[in-house]
Amino acid sequence: MSRVAVLKGGRSLERQVSLRSGARVEDALGRLGHEVVAIDVGADLIARLREAEPDAAFVAMHGRDGEDGTVQELLEILGIPYTGSGVLACSRASDKVLAKHLMLEAGIPTPDFFAFNETAFRELGAADALAAIEERLEFPIVVKPSAQGSALGIRFARSAADVPAAIVAAFSYDSRVLLERHVAGRDLAVSILDDEPLPVVEAVPRDDEFYDFEARYEIGRTDFVCPADLPAGLTEATQELALRTYRLLGCSAFARVDLMLDAAGELTILETNPIPGLTETSLLPQAAEAAGISFDALIERILELALTRQPA
Amino acid sequence: MSNSRDLERYAGLFATRTKVMKSSAMRDLMAVTARPEVISLAGGLPDTSSFPPDTFAAVTQRIATESCAKALQYGPTEGLEETKDCIAQVMAGEDMHVDPEDMIVTTGGQQVIDLVAKTLLDPGDVVIAEGPTYPGAVPVFCAYQADVVQIEMDGAGMRVDLLEVALERLDREGRTPKFIYTVPTFQNPAGVTMSLARRRRLIEIAHERELLVLEDNPYGLLRYEGEPLPPLYKLDGGIYVMYLGTFSKILSPGIRLGWVVAPAPVLDKINLGKQGADLCTSTLSQLMVKAYFERGRWQDYVESLTDSYRTRRDTMLDALADHFPPQAEWTRPSGGLFIWATLPDFIDTTDLLARALRENVAFVPGEAAFLDGRGRSSMRLNFSGSDEDGIREGIRRIGEVVTEQVQLYGTLTGELRVEPGGGGEVVPMPTPAERERRARGGE
Repeated sequence: MSRVAVLKGGRSLERQVSLRSGARVEDALGRLGHEVVAIDVGADLIARLREAEPDAAFVAMHGRDGEDGTVQELLEILGIPYTGSGVLACSRASDKVLAKHLMLEAGIPTPDFFAFNETAFRELGAADALAAIEERLEFPIVVKPSAQGSALGIRFARSAADVPAAIVAAFSYDSRVLLERHVAGRDLAVSILDDEPLPVVEAVPRDDEFYDFEARYEIGRTDFVCPADLPAGLTEATQELALRTYRLLGCSAFARVDLMLDAAGELTILETNPIPGLTETSLLPQAAEAAGISFDALIERILELALTRQPA
Repeated sequence: MSNSRDLERYAGLFATRTKVMKSSAMRDLMAVTARPEVISLAGGLPDTSSFPPDTFAAVTQRIATESCAKALQYGPTEGLEETKDCIAQVMAGEDMHVDPEDMIVTTGGQQVIDLVAKTLLDPGDVVIAEGPTYPGAVPVFCAYQADVVQIEMDGAGMRVDLLEVALERLDREGRTPKFIYTVPTFQNPAGVTMSLARRRRLIEIAHERELLVLEDNPYGLLRYEGEPLPPLYKLDGGIYVMYLGTFSKILSPGIRLGWVVAPAPVLDKINLGKQGADLCTSTLSQLMVKAYFERGRWQDYVESLTDSYRTRRDTMLDALADHFPPQAEWTRPSGGLFIWATLPDFIDTTDLLARALRENVAFVPGEAAFLDGRGRSSMRLNFSGSDEDGIREGIRRIGEVVTEQVQLYGTLTGELRVEPGGGGEVVPMPTPAERERRARGGE
């Protein structure tokens, strides 16, 4: 039995989802006989952690601060073991641009893209390059903030007229945006637990609203199929590619890798989430369950990995 | 093979109506606005800090000594007679004279919207509302699976001419709205007031077509200038108009006390609906209103609120003029709690809220006031819930991020030439059609 600080909420735009993940983790830890100290992360985080003196911190935060290595850095300083990936992996995975460059270098397929910060547009005249970019990527183009983990700020530009407003929207979430080639196909996710890929989950939009990202995150608008029904050999290939990405970024304990499978049967990596959702409808718990690992067992395993990990 | 049924463990248990209950990125963003470091111009909060604590103490003391057992007991579904007398006084303040028999005391005004919808709507029924409409009515209409037709507004409230066009169209489709929902005075969120001519025409339409109207009037007594206009209820005489009132904005939203006045047959059904919802409105709250009104000073408090909110409104209008870019426009309310600002159409206010939250300031994105995806470039700003420094600083921060986005857009479209050092001149924004043309290279 351990004393576990569950870190949740915070100032991230995914606060709401994080609170749900956190509450679910707390319940599980309680059932497992651990002592739980719930912390809604704010300015008093260090003081609360010092007071609680936990054996480990369960980081159930999504997006900014929790998933980008910030909180992990603080936990390193305090010498508190924590769940999930370390500072470096979180920094790499949450920065979509950096992650894509690393994948390109390692020969892992990821959609073509161009990335800019605001200075490029404001001071270096990057707008003049938009036409060339649009030609290279072809419409529709996906425009997204580099650092946002959820669907927030992601837009499809169907024509050149849509691009400026989509870029303005994406800059609402981050100081860097990327324009990415849109890959049509099947929406797959591979969760990885302790360096082992779990069964593949496929997200199938129920009402064919192809361009509606929000649908993916709403109960009743998307069906999740797990294990995904894939042609022979493709499940292994998908898992293998996801695992390579996970290792490339230096993830540990667990993560979720999102991929697309196009009509030609080619796989491409969209992004890696170092702290995927742990709510009732989240994909990691679904995949674990499909592998015969209950939610409580999943949480216990993640905690064990934190407690046994050698300090960085 | 698939165990998706197990995975969506509860999804199969929900009623169909939950599928249309709105859940969106915008709502998740709003969760962040409650944090203490955020200057929130998002809520609709009255300034309860201005209520004298000794009055509160005296009122509760009086209940404790005089009517403790009653305050702790259930009450009649329609409400306590003595509370209804207080309501009659409030309505007389706007020149409406009602028989206490014709009203039900409810758990806030919000319950009236819910009960009216519950009483009148079958799934798919048409409700007419203003566009934008009160954001709190949106989840109610969704829950009852209404087909809401939103009528455009201008500075004189709902465009009643467009209402007639919509009614004609519905007629041709063989559909009749179950009721028209309107906040005619100091509308939430638009801040505008329906003109007398439109009020008269709306009532004529209701009589000609035998249509019920739900008049939601939380702010009528919070007037900062000008002469009051007759409420729809007064013009109609209580035949087709159902009237919704509340103590939330003239006393306290925490006591959750509102009321509905409606024609007897409708009121009977609402009463049945309320029995199912909560049996009766809090007796304690009702007795608090009674004890408070017996002190005879309730209008003084409304007057002090009015003075304070007028100053806050002026502060916000000044700050908007100082800090919002010339491409923005906003309403100038003569009462109520809200200003509605509209930005160039390339700015999405839900995304903008994410940006604004990084500067610790919040507002309600316009999409919250529509059921059809409109309003995405507008925002609702509340001036009653923050002090003047907070309002000035909040508007300054929002103005800064709006200006930043206007300039960025200008840079992206080439309207704003990039100068060394990032300076530039803002030129008027092109219309969407112009942008489309330019994008196709047809300039």
